[in-house]
Amino acid sequence: MTEGAAIHVIGLTDGAAVALLMGTSMSEDTAPDIIETLPLDSWHRAQGARMVPFAGYHMPIQYEGIIAEHLWTRESAGLFDVSHMGQLFLSGDGLDGALEALLPADIESLTLGQMRYSLLLNEEGGILDDLMLTRWRDGIYMVVNGATKWDDIGHLHEHLPDAITLNHMDARALLALQGPKAFDALKRLVSGETPLEALVFMTGGRFQIDGVDAHISRSGYTGEDGFEISVDAGDVEAVANALLAQPEVKPIGLGARDSLRLEAGLPLYGHDLNEQIDPVSTDLKFAISKRRRGEGGFPGADKILGYLKHGAPAKRIGLSIEGRQPAREGALVYDGDAQVGTVTSGGFSPSLQAPIAMAIVSVGSAPLGRTLEIDVRGKRLAATVVPMPFVPHRYHRKGA
Amino acid sequence: MPTYFTKDHEWIAVEGSTATVGITDYAQAQLGDVVFVEVPPAGTQVEKGKEAAVVESVKAASDVYAPVSGEVIEGNGALEADPALVNTSPEGEGWFFKLTLSNEGELAGLMDDAAYKAFVDGL
Repeated sequence: MTEGAAIHVIGLTDGAAVALLMGTSMSEDTAPDIIETLPLDSWHRAQGARMVPFAGYHMPIQYEGIIAEHLWTRESAGLFDVSHMGQLFLSGDGLDGALEALLPADIESLTLGQMRYSLLLNEEGGILDDLMLTRWRDGIYMVVNGATKWDDIGHLHEHLPDAITLNHMDARALLALQGPKAFDALKRLVSGETPLEALVFMTGGRFQIDGVDAHISRSGYTGEDGFEISVDAGDVEAVANALLAQPEVKPIGLGARDSLRLEAGLPLYGHDLNEQIDPVSTDLKFAISKRRRGEGGFPGADKILGYLKHGAPAKRIGLSIEGRQPAREGALVYDGDAQVGTVTSGGFSPSLQAPIAMAIVSVGSAPLGRTLEIDVRGKRLAATVVPMPFVPHRYHRKGA
Repeated sequence: MPTYFTKDHEWIAVEGSTATVGITDYAQAQLGDVVFVEVPPAGTQVEKGKEAAVVESVKAASDVYAPVSGEVIEGNGALEADPALVNTSPEGEGWFFKLTLSNEGELAGLMDDAAYKAFVDGL
């Protein structure tokens, strides 16, 4: 594979470190052999991006540098191209119930414009993908991970009744504008039936950006206030240029996207989440809606509801690591002499100037404040279980 | 002071029977922001082509190999506090370690400046 070519120069020994950045394509084995281009390919190159294959597409890993891009997003506004992600639209009679048979979310109660995080589950309660659902006027809009979208589409086709229509919106592009100044930058360009202020965290609606029709939601993957913007692929370059012309905005690559989401404590599919692990062990209990906890009726419900009641054997935790050396995905975690888990995501936090990691460990080793050790190349690094997010979320919540 | 280069993007500047080792500007640019460097302490015996140091950027961990065999006489302690020196001055203040060569004949297999430049241009 050529994925790591750009960083194999000195002889990379830690394949997991590459996988961390290169996404799920390596672990999921679903990446097509041919690497495709996204609508903004030449735009990224013109911005000075270093392109790498990711989830089957050429994508920008960085422009001026990961740390600079990361910090810019935390203090101003970063523009991300996430057009590799799968944008799906589902409609038809009985849609809510049909989706609830595949997901633990309460979809019936989802009102127009409301957005919800959910998980596609297998019969054993394992996570097939994590995703976002939004109620649109005549159906449900779903955004799924790029590396898993083809499997997701196959799964949905197989399990949804014939009355449900699944439209893969593959002629759409998706941008994210993230950071404390994202609102100021976007507000200048947006018009619509409702003002942009009407959007609070986890809601979306229809707007125009510089006259281009867009679906905009107040959401993202950085822990900051921000927006995700879905437009026709043919319009995306004009929208990207309009956004980039705002003084608050710089383009941000996948490298900083990964370090930002890690600081925000947000799991990445194929790394912190996979088919072998359930929503309770991965500390995503919030994704199992209250009504569904009572009623069940989603895949793996017996196991998951049992874990909710009696506790799961494992837990996804945050680790603050002593010193400066990062621990990467795959590093083993020890509690005394006993191996109790594995690092699922790890790296250097540009905001904290220190290494941080997520790990999945036996529940007995998961309490906050517990001192564990991580084996990094035969060396034990001391690490403390800390609350996540590592860097506080700054979402624009309702009433805030 | 002749400087030689390896295909793994290390440089070695030789002065008599001692030499200084680091990674090239090309290597640091490929790695991106360096956040951690581990250099061998004085007294370490390193072997040509074998792991001698570790460099970690935000995105990846990489080994640095010894361009020649020898005994380390000094690791660059400044990199512990300021690993970004590898980015800002890869072929100056960002050096990794100094060593005493045990076999000067090993230098013969390395590239000179022009050969390395041609090698990088072909990548």
